[in-house]
Amino acid sequence: MPYNDDTRFVPRDREWHPPAYAPGYKTSVARSPRQALVSLVAPTRSELAGPDFTRLRLGPHDNDLLLNFREDPALGGAAGLPIGERILLFGRVVDQFGKPVPQTLVEMWQANAGGRYRHQKDRYLAPLDPNFGGVGRCLTDADGWYRFRTIKPGPYPWPNDVNSWRPAHIHVSVMGPSISTRLITQMYFEGDPLIPLCPIVNTLRDPEAVATMTGRLDMARSRSMDCLAYRFDLVVRGAVQTYFENQG
Amino acid sequence: MLKETASQTAGPYVHIGLALELAGLPPRDEEIGPQLAGDAAKGEPIELVGRVIDGNGDTVRDALLEAWQADADGEYQCQFDLAAPFNSFGRSAATAHNDGEWRFTTIKPGAVALADGRRMAPHVNLAIFARGINIQLQTRLYFDDETDANAACPILNAIESPTRRQTLIATRETREGRTCYRFDIRLQGEGETVFFDF
Repeated sequence: MPYNDDTRFVPRDREWHPPAYAPGYKTSVARSPRQALVSLVAPTRSELAGPDFTRLRLGPHDNDLLLNFREDPALGGAAGLPIGERILLFGRVVDQFGKPVPQTLVEMWQANAGGRYRHQKDRYLAPLDPNFGGVGRCLTDADGWYRFRTIKPGPYPWPNDVNSWRPAHIHVSVMGPSISTRLITQMYFEGDPLIPLCPIVNTLRDPEAVATMTGRLDMARSRSMDCLAYRFDLVVRGAVQTYFENQG
Repeated sequence: MLKETASQTAGPYVHIGLALELAGLPPRDEEIGPQLAGDAAKGEPIELVGRVIDGNGDTVRDALLEAWQADADGEYQCQFDLAAPFNSFGRSAATAHNDGEWRFTTIKPGAVALADGRRMAPHVNLAIFARGINIQLQTRLYFDDETDANAACPILNAIESPTRRQTLIATRETREGRTCYRFDIRLQGEGETVFFDF
């Protein structure tokens, strides 16, 4: 959606989103502001506009994590497939009024089947997969749909409590029509018993908010003898047109 | 009305998704990076540099920043296109590789008009994502050589505390012959940067 001087976005419900300070998630303790946020009651063009990525040239496998990484380029197409549970991850980006958000950039990243990230800082003893990078991106189509093909990530331990494990998750990033709708979240997998134990999940106070981050198994979109499918819809802030502003 | 999808931290490995080279991954043909302006861009070439500092005074070495700014004429270039001389949007990261210093190569933005015709002082919107940050922090970088414009900026003046307004002013310096503005972001405590809700 192009920027329009009359656009306003539905205010963020910051009781619904996680608070900055959530001491169960220890890193938030020193990384959360102590001062109140300053509210811009009349957001400006700076906040209402945002980047349109339709001219970003995407590669043919940017949304296919089964094919978009080869550790040794010399192996070329002869390299193998990643090990793990083959899944489709798909969904629709809509705004709070249910209106599809077309042509918006959806990015994702994740660990491999064993919970190991291909990142220089990750030293977890589970091995890397030579055929798995763990990064994808795509634009939503004209109706707001996006899709990735990947493997289901594994849980992994992290130093929070003495025995904390992240549930399997995929980081999902969406721009939407404006920097006001910019959102990064994590998708969890339906039924994972680690979800209610996780200090990062539990930064949210409302179980319904956790439900918005849960990908649902969708057998209808699964492919027989090939891959399962999970559906994860994203809801970004609703855009409303303002009327009668400055007409006192 | 539907509820917005809830935010979660970008976590420690955000770079593999949004800043591939810093994670040690090969970049794709086109990446969204820290260069907003090329040599052909209209305006004064500048760099923006700084650190993100936590409540203990320690440098955060796993932050991702997104910049959004107007061009030299105060207009937003919403169509992101790496072939264009200027883009309004860019990404940078502060990691151990760059000693925790993020950096953007850009031009100084022009003043942006409000709907009522008043003008905001030149500024860059910044969003900060990192491990330990549950929902991105949104701030603005202003320039210390825009004293009059800053004093008249409706947004700066919306900050009740004049002392706190100062946390949004970047300091002009020259480094290796290039003009840069230093902007340290203090997440918490003394000199805490102003963050906005909008």
